Amino acid sequence: MEKIVKLASENGILIFSKSTCCLCYAVQILFKELRVQPRIIEIDTLPDGVEIEKALKRLGSGGSLPAVFIGGKLVGSTKEVMSLHLSGNLVQLLRQHAV
Amino acid sequence: MTTPTTQFAPSGRLGLYEPMHQMSMWEDTFDGDTAVCMINDADSKIDDKIEYTSDKSVELAEDSRATRSISEKIQRRLAQNREAARKSRLRKKAYVQQLETSRLKLAQLELELERARQQGMLIAGATAHMGLCGTVGSGIASFEIEYSHWLDQQERKITELKNVLHTSVGDPELRVMVERVLSHYCDLFRMKREAARADAFYLVSGMWRTSVERFFLWIGGFKPSELINVVMPQLQPLTDQQTANVDNLKHSCVQAEDALSQGMEKLQQTLAQSVTFLAPGAGNYCSQTAFALENLESLESFINQADHLRQQTLQHMSRILTTRQAANGLVAFWEYFQRLRTLSSLWSARCPGEAA
Repeated sequence: MEKIVKLASENGILIFSKSTCCLCYAVQILFKELRVQPRIIEIDTLPDGVEIEKALKRLGSGGSLPAVFIGGKLVGSTKEVMSLHLSGNLVQLLRQHAV
Repeated sequence: MTTPTTQFAPSGRLGLYEPMHQMSMWEDTFDGDTAVCMINDADSKIDDKIEYTSDKSVELAEDSRATRSISEKIQRRLAQNREAARKSRLRKKAYVQQLETSRLKLAQLELELERARQQGMLIAGATAHMGLCGTVGSGIASFEIEYSHWLDQQERKITELKNVLHTSVGDPELRVMVERVLSHYCDLFRMKREAARADAFYLVSGMWRTSVERFFLWIGGFKPSELINVVMPQLQPLTDQQTANVDNLKHSCVQAEDALSQGMEKLQQTLAQSVTFLAPGAGNYCSQTAFALENLESLESFINQADHLRQQTLQHMSRILTTRQAANGLVAFWEYFQRLRTLSSLWSARCPGEAA
């Protein structure tokens, strides 16, 4: 859990993902289209990936990947990101915290 | 036994059955002591045995006039019995034949089912027993029924809206009606969520839509940016602010759609790769199969995300537009789909005998 908090604060835009998850891939494509470069952590390649996934569940993103952090705060998963984008607020938020 | 051309109805009233000459025929055919009775029964059971004695024959001869009228009735009854027995035998024969054909059909179906199960097993491997055959059908069947109701209800709501638009209805009342139509779309998305859980492939295939609608299908429904394209021409004039907002919304929609589309492509590639290298007997067959199945499950998530985009687009449009514009937009959108459906019917009427 502390690891997540640490990573989130260190990276303006952070996405916890899985290399096999195609929905995670879709969100990455969207960010690429928006010309931001998030830090992507593929938890299935990490030794403590299972713990990270459990910790994410407890944080309240429903445990679903991708888990998107902007400015150290959990934004949510695909649904929240899409909602933000259609309401026109995502780009602004990203620009504030882009590297 | 030898079959006589006449039959006797059973009774204790032996004395009045036959006139003299028929009695002698009987006595010739059978042993004089016994005669065989046949009742109106298809199986020709031997029911009664009637004993005749020469005394009784004499009595019959004396009552010949009375017995003749009675015997006519008996003749008629006997004839009816024969006819009934014959029909009964024919019915039984037909029934047995039906049973035979059904038995054959059942055997064939069982064979097909076994074959299909085996093929399903090849793909699903160790996880084959997860209701591959059973539950899928009923979830989709109920969705088809619900969807057909939804279409009828939507038609009614839109007609209501259209009629009200011709009047000088107040904004608040119109707003309520617009919200009702929007909430009805939410009902559809909820239905689709459940259907996607039952069978995501069915939704994505568009089998629940008409052929022309299917041509435009994007991840199991309409493309959100298409909604904006269809509706915009009907809404002029818009203010500059509105135009800017709609343009921004459309731009965001397209970006989101592209992201999801590329995600879907990646899903196809990943699945194709895993199936290409999937071979029974290979070392990690079970985990590969589990992986492939996991990928298939993500199709449900894609449909949910696509529906979420659709719902969001509808909501945002209704907020950018004035109430009256939103109402007109909803009517225009619905009529667009009605035209697609009509085109489908015309198309299938044009090519008779081909599936729509």
